[in-house]
Amino acid sequence: MNILKSFKQLLIVTSMLFSFISSFAQTDQDAIMMNKNLFCTGLIYSNSSWNKYWEGTNLRDNLNIGTISTNQISVMGNYGIKDNLNILFNAPFISNKASMGVLHSASGIQDFSAWVKWMPIEKSLKKGTFSLYLLGGASIPMTDYIVDYLPLSIGLKSSTVSGRLLLDYQLGRFFVTGSETYTIRGNTKLERNSYYTTSLFLTNEVSMPNVNTISLRTGYRSSALIAEAIITDMKTLGGFDITKNNMPFPSNRMNATTIAANIKYEIQKVSGLALVGGASHVIAGRNVGQSTGFYGGFFYILDFSKKKEKKTTSDNSSTQNK
Amino acid sequence: MKQNTIKIYLAIAILTLAYCSKKVTSRTDNIPALNPASIDITAGTWKTILLKRPDTFAVASPLLVTNVNYVAELNEIKGLQKNLSKEQDENIKYWAAGGVLRWNEIMRELVAKYNLPPYQNPDGTYPIPSSANPFAYPLFPFANPPYAARAYAYITAAQYDALVACWYYKKLYNRPAPYITDVNIVAKLPSTTLPSYPSEAAVLAGVTAEMMKLLFPTEIGAIQLKAQAHEDAAIMSGSATRSDIAAGESLGRQIAQAFIARARTDNAGKAVGTPADWANFETSTAAKGEIPWISQDNPKRPGMLPLFGKVIPFLFDTATTRALVPPPPPLTSSDQMKKETEEVYSYTNNPTLENKQLVLFWGDGVGTYTPPGHWNAIAAEDFISKNLSEVKWARNLALLNMSLMDAGIVCWNTKYTYYNPRPSQLNPAIKTLTGLPNFPSFISGHSTFSGAASTILGYLNPERAAAYTQMAADASKSRLVGGLHYRSDCEIGIKVGNSVGQFAVDRAKLDGAN
Repeated sequence: MNILKSFKQLLIVTSMLFSFISSFAQTDQDAIMMNKNLFCTGLIYSNSSWNKYWEGTNLRDNLNIGTISTNQISVMGNYGIKDNLNILFNAPFISNKASMGVLHSASGIQDFSAWVKWMPIEKSLKKGTFSLYLLGGASIPMTDYIVDYLPLSIGLKSSTVSGRLLLDYQLGRFFVTGSETYTIRGNTKLERNSYYTTSLFLTNEVSMPNVNTISLRTGYRSSALIAEAIITDMKTLGGFDITKNNMPFPSNRMNATTIAANIKYEIQKVSGLALVGGASHVIAGRNVGQSTGFYGGFFYILDFSKKKEKKTTSDNSSTQNK
Repeated sequence: MKQNTIKIYLAIAILTLAYCSKKVTSRTDNIPALNPASIDITAGTWKTILLKRPDTFAVASPLLVTNVNYVAELNEIKGLQKNLSKEQDENIKYWAAGGVLRWNEIMRELVAKYNLPPYQNPDGTYPIPSSANPFAYPLFPFANPPYAARAYAYITAAQYDALVACWYYKKLYNRPAPYITDVNIVAKLPSTTLPSYPSEAAVLAGVTAEMMKLLFPTEIGAIQLKAQAHEDAAIMSGSATRSDIAAGESLGRQIAQAFIARARTDNAGKAVGTPADWANFETSTAAKGEIPWISQDNPKRPGMLPLFGKVIPFLFDTATTRALVPPPPPLTSSDQMKKETEEVYSYTNNPTLENKQLVLFWGDGVGTYTPPGHWNAIAAEDFISKNLSEVKWARNLALLNMSLMDAGIVCWNTKYTYYNPRPSQLNPAIKTLTGLPNFPSFISGHSTFSGAASTILGYLNPERAAAYTQMAADASKSRLVGGLHYRSDCEIGIKVGNSVGQFAVDRAKLDGAN
């Protein structure tokens, strides 16, 4: 069994806006499947920050908030139902604070997201391997966190469903992966009962525009090491610009083009353990922070396919889960 | 098999979300047409605010309903009603909910749109919006709470006087509505015996459009379109003819001039103050041995409208403004102030979810219709079910908004009399749960506005009096637990607001509308 092949890579998208639209792209962004009955789980810490943001298309600073920094811890998991059918989840804790001004920090458990990942096609093409993936995902807020507090809110509190097409081609140890994701976002609810976007609404409910994301990644992928570069372009399909010196709003048109690098390394001495890390930076955006982020963490694989003996604390949970 | 099941569930989930409508509906989008319990036919005798008499501005007597020119006007309506488009029908339905209500909502929308503090100059100073150059940045106006309170008051007071005059002429000339004179004209609004000359819709459109020229000059074009739509709705619904509209619009625009003349001389134009004024607040407070308020905006911004406390109120004179200013807050060095600062810290150090929600519900900060707008929303949504006539609607909202403006004046006068620092200035460890307003602490604006509003609304709608008192208490508490105000600011603010509201109650008891 090729353990590494079962691993995920991560992409930090902390890039996004004001911290919420979350996190690393989960392991739902890559062209790697867990083999049947394997459960891969991991813990990721990330930090991102920005001191400039795009107010509409105008890049500015704001001395009343200074630098907004986000710390995040995510629990992730990926289980192989079959070799070509996986389910994945992610649950983040997020903490935001401003370096200047008087605004209070915000923190809490944000949205639970889950994906089903299916690889219907994998075949040799020329000298390499071509594979096609279809993914469906959904996310739902796990707690009653405050939403109407941008840019410090930990999330937008909108339930979403997503569909993704992902294509991958591997030639020797080099690969290229492209994907497009369409996310339908459900309405969110503010703590107040009226708001102005480009007109006045007398309700707490906000219609959230959908989002389309295109991502391209390429790099080196071997059994012990993955190193890749990624460019991601997120576009909000609708919404409005932050007006001059106004507060950001959940249904703003938030766009971001992010570059990132990821690395994953398998510890040879401990079977099933891998370390991950990476960095990202938003190079262009609209109504989002120009954020720079870093992350690091580990993944560990539990084998549910046969009775086993050994290992660490994580084994306890594996027995329980059986 | 398993795989197929998952795929099916997923497909269902996606389709559900995609097809379940994301469209958001406002609470007043689909309310029924206004159907007054009383047409208040004697409202022409109600006590006006600025007008000396209801017939200060003359309205010529209308043509007889048998006159050929009037018959032609009726034919215009019949022709229009034959071919109403979907948009025209929707326009009728929108305005049918009530002209005073709809114009109130439009005002709140404009306040929210313009409630944006100017961005600083490169040298760290701030530009001041100019009514002489309203399209240049910063756009005029900055519709902050005092500005908004005054705008709501002027517009609703002018609407009220204009409708009293309108009702005076309606009764005098007693021209029946088109749908009564001509059976072939369909009443697309609830039919009443209210005379149609001059048209109350046109009076409202005219007076409001004219007031907006002063208050929101960059919106004149958009407002004119809405005024036109309001008048179109009146004609197409069979409620008014062209001559009812012309007489009404002219009357409304003339009456607005009386209010505009007052507004130009009520001292609001000087409320920004001068750099010398700004410096003087600080030095004179320090001279008393007190810690003066310091802006916590970065760069430091001059306090919001420091001389707004000198604006001439509607419900009382400026001597009364001064009499309503409460005694000083606890001295900044006192144990009491220390205790109150610690109390604020205790709320914000580890805020509860419930308090965070309360703070945001009543926040009404940048980009919103402000606390006075919030109270207009509360009042308007309660009045919808009361089946009031347009003139009674206008009277109630004028009383509310004169209270709010005058509460703002007394509150601002107090703030700049004592120039008291915010909790987060005395203890920088205090972090706020919503944006910190840029003006002195004592007394709380939210509390003063809310105290005034709950008092007059409790009189106008007694069955909800306890609810209004509770809402005012909540709004006030939100400023304490949000880290923006001390307990003294909130409790004394409510009391001062109650006193201001009582002036409106006293007026309401004698205005002839009960």
